[in-house]
Amino acid sequence: MPQEKQHPGFIPRLISPRELFAEGNRGCQGCGEALAIRQILKAAGPDTIVCSATGCVEIISSPYPETAWRVPWIHVAFENAAAVASGVEAAIKILKKRGRYHDRKINIIALAGDGGTADIGLQALSGAFERRHDFTYICTDNEAYMNTGIQRSSATPYGASTTTSPAGKESIGQTTPKKDMPMIAAAHDIPYVATCCPSYPMDLLAKAAKAFNTEGPSYLHVLSPCPTGWRHESHLTVEIGRLAVETGVFPLYEIIEGRLKMNVVMEKRKPVKEYLKHQGRFRHLGPDEIEEIQRIVDEKYVRLLRRAEFDRSLER
Amino acid sequence: MGIRTGMEVSIAISEAVKLSRAEVIAAYPITPQTHIVEELARMVADGELDAKFIMVESEHSAMSACIGAAAAGARSFTATAAQGLALMHEMLYIASGLRLPVVMAVANRAMSAPLSIWGDHSDIMAERDSGWIQLFAETGQDAFDLTIQAFRIAEDERVSLPVVVNIDGFTLSHVIEPLEIESQEDVDRFLPPFKPVIQLDPDKPISIGPVGFPEIYTEIKKQQNVALVESYKVIREIWNEFRDMFGREYHPVESYRTEDAEILIHIAGSTAGTARIAVDMLREKGEKVGLIRTRLWRPYPFEDMKKAVAGVKAVAAVDRCLSFGGQGGPMCSELKSAMYNLEEKPFIAGFIAGLGGRDITIEDFFTIVKETKKMLEEGGGGEEYRMIGVRE
Amino acid sequence: MTEKKPGWKEYPLAAVISKPGSCTYHNTGDWKTMRPVRDDSKCDKCGFCWIICPDAALFMGEDGYYEVDLYHCKGCGICAHECKKSAIRMIPEEH
Repeated sequence: MPQEKQHPGFIPRLISPRELFAEGNRGCQGCGEALAIRQILKAAGPDTIVCSATGCVEIISSPYPETAWRVPWIHVAFENAAAVASGVEAAIKILKKRGRYHDRKINIIALAGDGGTADIGLQALSGAFERRHDFTYICTDNEAYMNTGIQRSSATPYGASTTTSPAGKESIGQTTPKKDMPMIAAAHDIPYVATCCPSYPMDLLAKAAKAFNTEGPSYLHVLSPCPTGWRHESHLTVEIGRLAVETGVFPLYEIIEGRLKMNVVMEKRKPVKEYLKHQGRFRHLGPDEIEEIQRIVDEKYVRLLRRAEFDRSLER
Repeated sequence: MGIRTGMEVSIAISEAVKLSRAEVIAAYPITPQTHIVEELARMVADGELDAKFIMVESEHSAMSACIGAAAAGARSFTATAAQGLALMHEMLYIASGLRLPVVMAVANRAMSAPLSIWGDHSDIMAERDSGWIQLFAETGQDAFDLTIQAFRIAEDERVSLPVVVNIDGFTLSHVIEPLEIESQEDVDRFLPPFKPVIQLDPDKPISIGPVGFPEIYTEIKKQQNVALVESYKVIREIWNEFRDMFGREYHPVESYRTEDAEILIHIAGSTAGTARIAVDMLREKGEKVGLIRTRLWRPYPFEDMKKAVAGVKAVAAVDRCLSFGGQGGPMCSELKSAMYNLEEKPFIAGFIAGLGGRDITIEDFFTIVKETKKMLEEGGGGEEYRMIGVRE
Repeated sequence: MTEKKPGWKEYPLAAVISKPGSCTYHNTGDWKTMRPVRDDSKCDKCGFCWIICPDAALFMGEDGYYEVDLYHCKGCGICAHECKKSAIRMIPEEH
């Protein structure tokens, strides 16, 4: 069962009221990324530096002279959020040592979309993980290049229609399965990897807090529904994120020191159709394609469950 | 007091970086720059230099990390060459656009293809307009001094721009030269700790690198250009101070035996050493030949250049870079442009030499002077440029 | 008369924005075509609407109810859709 339903006594008083990602930003109505970042910064607190990649978040949050950021923020380019964060992290370490910076713990975040992470930024990300910088990489995944107008990325799921993988007479849209970024991150043997979604705020906040408290690199993969690019109604952003979890399309899990743990395990998953049906990007799909998507999702889900079971057995 | 010693020039640059108390070094290996960062890595490993050394996975990330480090308030350094510099290209514009005082040494090398690890200036010329202050070293001592000065210039709050120190790959980077290594105490006196103008600080949260709409972009670029143009004064000021402290002089354009000269050879970098010998030999034969060497390439020292060539009949402008389909060499083009509106201007002959590590010999300079004289006698004009030493 | 725009000297170095959260002055409230209205009799003040608002456009009032900041609310309707007590509904915005 999804976490919030298990906890009817949702207690907002436990969550910081400070809005470090400001109201008045230019995100679309119902933007899943803006929501994710707002929640994540509540876990991060003000002693945080954000290194943003180019993309939706950067554009909506920083049209001069307006900024949505109430924490120090730097945007350099598209493919190098992790490299910039490497420099910031190294600088703060040495400056602290030389007594030239606050002695407090500073959370360093590299923030990028799925394109900035799984495509153009993958090399910088891999390098920074391998070098073991003490930072948190956050991928807000809306499954395409939304900022430039909904072009496919390697994180676009099978069957989704985008402007560069359009569904047509000869095409079902995206013909390849979604690149498994969290597992690529985990393959660097970093201490903390988690998938999360702002539809599960308590889960997201807890994972963000864990990531920030991890010594060394951590990775959060945040599914961020996008009404504009996924072509769903803006009020469904949270619902669709929830359906992604409830159908197993986007399982919530953590990999702590290499051990995988499922966070929300459903006895009975909803059929993927429930998730697909609200979204215009999947509207063209026929029963065969939906069946294929169900097969892909089932297989990956079972594999995750088995892995979780195996990893649990190692703990005994 | 400094010590006089013999040292590989790459190592001397590393010494300069150490004496400058660099805080973050992010670099990636590429010939002929590698000795610089190897030495810095060793210094950090041996505890001689208390800095963070980030062995990044590409030059693009090297510059990105330097940008991040400088934005966090650390004195940052990198070094590269050729393909590595080209890979940084995008980041170079951002470093200058964000007004971050990163310092970089470039061991100048030819651009592929065909692959060449050997020296010329085509790497840095492709970055001419990236908004960096660009300096050229002729000798090992230059390289050492300019590196220390580069931090001082970059971090001056009137400047706040990145600086690149160019050293010729192999012919300077890999040679052992006698030079003065200054003491830590003296360098500390010359170069105070970095006080960032722009800094990522949770107590004063700023947003660096916002979106600039057409409404503001031109103004921000004007601001940046004025800073670069006016850095000239600051550079002069810092060079004067350096001279007073260490006794070595630096000028934007440096002249050798230019008094009464009719023909000047113009060049940048270590080849000036060979050119100097050629000038001496020609002078012995009674030829009125001198040498001018560009030390400061950006901001371009227009007035110094005009003064340097005033009254001469011709300048033989030698570039170690070919601008394909254009006027030949970028430095020659710039010189021609600088002279164009003057009433009295010398004839300027363009030469391309020393591409991809091809030696430029004393004889080559004889040929260059001879050809220039011939063109001059024929009333100027002719080809825009000639390539020296190319086989038919 | 048109407003005189700032000259290049008047901009901060590298266009750095030194006022954190300055977009708060941006009226995104005028984007909306629908606006949320709360039924106090149904609301149990759980605050879920607050944590799932992408625009930080809800805030806790003195009586514990979450009030809508109409200057920033873009009218996405997530709060109304997600409210477990159906205490929020969207009504057409009057402009």
